[in-house]
Amino acid sequence: MAREVEIVEHIPHLRRYALALLRDRDAADDLVQDCLERALSRWRLFRGGGSPRAWLFTIMHNLHVNAVKRRAVGAAAVDGTANGVNVAPTQDQRLEVLSVARALERLPPEQREIVLMIGLEQLSYAEAAAAVGVPIGTVMSRLHRGRERLRSLIADGSEPRLTRVK
Amino acid sequence: MNDERIISSDDLHAYADDQLPPERRAKVEAHLAAHPDDAERVAEYRRINEELHSQFDPVMRESVPARLRARRRRGAPVAAIAAGLAALLIGAGAGWLLRGELVGDQVGTRSNLAGRAMAAHTMYTAEVRHPVEVWAAEYEHLVRWLSNRLGGEVTAPDLEAAGFTLIGGRLLPGDGGPAAQFMYENEAGERLTLYLKRGDPTDRVTAFRYQAGENGDVIWWIDGPMGYALAGPGPRGRLQSLAHLVQQSVNP
Repeated sequence: MAREVEIVEHIPHLRRYALALLRDRDAADDLVQDCLERALSRWRLFRGGGSPRAWLFTIMHNLHVNAVKRRAVGAAAVDGTANGVNVAPTQDQRLEVLSVARALERLPPEQREIVLMIGLEQLSYAEAAAAVGVPIGTVMSRLHRGRERLRSLIADGSEPRLTRVK
Repeated sequence: MNDERIISSDDLHAYADDQLPPERRAKVEAHLAAHPDDAERVAEYRRINEELHSQFDPVMRESVPARLRARRRRGAPVAAIAAGLAALLIGAGAGWLLRGELVGDQVGTRSNLAGRAMAAHTMYTAEVRHPVEVWAAEYEHLVRWLSNRLGGEVTAPDLEAAGFTLIGGRLLPGDGGPAAQFMYENEAGERLTLYLKRGDPTDRVTAFRYQAGENGDVIWWIDGPMGYALAGPGPRGRLQSLAHLVQQSVNP
């Protein structure tokens, strides 16, 4: 009962996260819907305890990873740098100052996920590590690389430079 | 992050995210005061977080779209996920949970209601093609038939509010007379059965009794002339809420 309460409370958070992750309202709500259905059907597996929020994000992560894999299968060439989203900035984009939301699209999915779980959803580092199934050290390095890349994309639309000149 | 003296980039992130323990926090603050580059970095990490919020928080204030709360299947009435959960909450808030107290794991009651119900639940919920004898599409026929055979009015409670849609029902042999079973299913494919058996016409009303089983849990009670047993997946709290819905429905 108490956990059902908490699932309902999390729906707006799940929607916000999914929207930021996918940047497509329908796809985001599809993901949330799948997540809720899976959470309800696996209710009994969750009886052990833990935070429902972290559990829901674990489900969300797994569904998302599977969807990314499905899309990647059959794709002629998988661009390893940014989830198939066109990465190479055009001349114009290079000069453009990107919003954080647009810049997010240029992050590799595993960095985007961590930047959002922590920066937007305020999961603890340990919760994010559990949700994604990696050690905390990996979370920290993805967070660092993701944020550094965002910083430079926002600053001038280019990829991170090795040295920063002020 | 562990070295007491060196401030790492992990520290800067944790500081920006407010995830540092207080004692470490003071050290990072001292470091930032002396290192404007790092202070600027932390400020930018925070700006990124703030901008994420300003960009994506508005979706949280929208009402949850109907399709997340409700989906149609096979032309059946709407089975609601979130609405179902919400209904359980409203019910709890209204205090009707107090109407029947839950009595824990008492096995071996006089009526073998729970045992019979559980056996029927296990046997028929596993059926893919023939879970019921009469489908919900022929609802009028179903309840008229079962009412005639059980010798008293029988209706299938509406559990849509909790996300469970009636699939149909069947007649079963019970202890010393016929019994009926209604089967429900939710969007997640979980099945729930309600077993009904007429007993002696009394005014007796019992508390809910609960028993956990291998193939699901069961809550049973007697309400006047009718014995009820609701069997389905746990957890116990959810099954109990569903049992209250049943009780409300048969005793409006």
